[in-house]
Amino acid sequence: MRPLTEEETKTMFEKLSKYIGENIKLLVDRPDGTYCFRLHNDRVYYMSEKILKLATNISRDKLVSVGTCFGKFTKTKKFRLHITALDFLAPYAKFKVWVKPGAEQSFLYGNHVLKSGLGRITENTMQYQGVVVYSMADVPLGFGVAAKSTQECRRVDPMSIVVFHQADVGEFIRNEDTLT
Amino acid sequence: MAACSVEELLLKAEQEEAEKLRSISVHKELDLDFDIGNLLACDKNRIESRDLRQQLKENYLRSLARDNTQLLINEIWKLPTERVEEAIVAKLPDTTTPLPREKPPPKPRPPTKWEKFAKLKGIQKKKKTNLVWDETKKEWRRRWGYKRANDDTKDWLIEVPETADSNEDQFAKRIKAKKERVAKNELNRLRNIARSQKIKVPSIGLVPTAQQSKDDLATAVSVAKTSTASVGRFQDRLPKEKPTKSRGKKRKFEPLIGDFSTERHKQLELLKIMDTKKPKLDITKAVNKQMREEDREEAAAKHKRGAGKKGRKGNMSGKAKGKGGKGKGGKAGGGKRSKPGKR
Repeated sequence: MRPLTEEETKTMFEKLSKYIGENIKLLVDRPDGTYCFRLHNDRVYYMSEKILKLATNISRDKLVSVGTCFGKFTKTKKFRLHITALDFLAPYAKFKVWVKPGAEQSFLYGNHVLKSGLGRITENTMQYQGVVVYSMADVPLGFGVAAKSTQECRRVDPMSIVVFHQADVGEFIRNEDTLT
Repeated sequence: MAACSVEELLLKAEQEEAEKLRSISVHKELDLDFDIGNLLACDKNRIESRDLRQQLKENYLRSLARDNTQLLINEIWKLPTERVEEAIVAKLPDTTTPLPREKPPPKPRPPTKWEKFAKLKGIQKKKKTNLVWDETKKEWRRRWGYKRANDDTKDWLIEVPETADSNEDQFAKRIKAKKERVAKNELNRLRNIARSQKIKVPSIGLVPTAQQSKDDLATAVSVAKTSTASVGRFQDRLPKEKPTKSRGKKRKFEPLIGDFSTERHKQLELLKIMDTKKPKLDITKAVNKQMREEDREEAAAKHKRGAGKKGRKGNMSGKAKGKGGKGKGGKAGGGKRSKPGKR
C-alpha cells in the first residue's frame, strides 16, 4: 500500500470529477476526521486514517481490501471506477438519471438504459456526461454516461439508448469474486 | 395618325439616344482616383448627407454605385483591347495600391553555430571568384565541382611525406580524410537543426564530439562498465579507481503514513488547478441552452394558439406550463412531454 503519486491522483480526480464535479473537495477535506486515498494492488482505496493505521499490521500480500475500493488503474494507467465507489458518488452526484421500475431490472443486469425506461433526467445534462442512476424511489443503482443530452432525450425514439451502462449494484453478485 | 406616329417614333429614338449617352458619360466634380490594376476606383466627392437621410437612400446609393462603376468601366475601355475566342480582353496595367500580404512574413532561419561565432568575432563572408587559374592545365577552371582546378582527387601520384609510414596508402588516407570531413559536416548540420528546433540531443551515454574532455572520458568509462549483461555488477575495479557516480533516478513514493495535512493540501491544490483548466464557455452546453430556449418559445406559442382555439385544451396545457415554470421543475415538464411522443 502506498499513497498515490501526483499523476495517479490527477487521473483519478479527473475521472471522479465527471460524476461529482468539484465535490471531490468534500471527499478530500472532511470535517469528520482525516480520510485518504491509498493504492494497493493497482486499486485505489478510500479510508480513514484510523483504518489505515490498523491496516499496516497486515502484510502486503495478505491484505485483500481496506476501506472502500474506488476503482483500479488499468495496465495503461487509466482509472476505472468500481461500483463500490457508488456510496460516495451518489450523495454528491451532479447529474442524475431516474429509471422507471420496469427498467430497473434490465439495468441491474448490466444493460444500457433505453429511452423507454427513462423516468427523469437532470436538466442541462450534456452528452457523455457521467451520471448516477437512481430508481424512482431514489435508491442509487449504479452509474453510467449520458448517451444523449437532455434536449436530445426528448426527441429520440423509445428504443434508443439514453445512458450507457458503466456499473450497477448487480455487480456485487455478478462479480463477487473480483470486487474488493 | 401615321405622321404623328412617325414623330413619336423620332422623339422616342432621340430620347433613347440621349439616355444612352447619359448612361455612358458621368459628370463628377472631382475626378476619381483609379487603380486599374486592382480594378479600384476611389470617389473623393462629398456625399450629400441630405440625400442619404431621406427615404430615397437606397436609390441614391444605387445610382452612386452605378455611376462610379460606369467611370471605372470607361477607364478600362481606354486600355488597349484584343479579342480572344470571341471575348474582348483588356490587359490591366500594374497595380499602384500596395496591398498587405495575406500571411505574416516568414521568420528568419535561426543562425547556425558558425554564424553566431562569426558574428561575435566580426568575421565577414568573402565572395570568392568562381574561376581560378590552373597551373598544370594552363587554363581557367572552376574552383569546385566537376573539372575543377587543382583537383587533388585526380592525382596519379602522391609523394609520401618523410614522417609518414612508407607502407601507408596515401590515396586511401586522402579518401578517408575526405569522408570524415563530410561526416563531421553532416553531424554539425544535424546539430544546428536540433538547436534551432530546441530538440534535446541525447546526453546519456556517448555523443560524438570533436574533442573529448576528461568528463567525456569518465562517462565513456562508466557507460562501458555498465554495458554488460549484469549491468556492471560483476565488473572488476582497478586498484585506485573511484566508484562511478550513480546515474538515473530511483522512483520514490511518499511514506504510507506521512503528513496527512500536506497530502490533503496537495490534493486540494491539484483540484484547484484542474478547476481553472476547465473551459469557461462550453459550446455544447451553450447550444443546448439555446435549443431549450427555442423549445420553450415554441411551446409558449403553441399554447397561445391552443388557447385561442379550444378553451378546455388551452386550460390544461396552461396548467402544465405553470408547473414547469414554478422553479427548476422543467424536468417534470420534460417528462410529461416525452410521454405523448412515445405513443
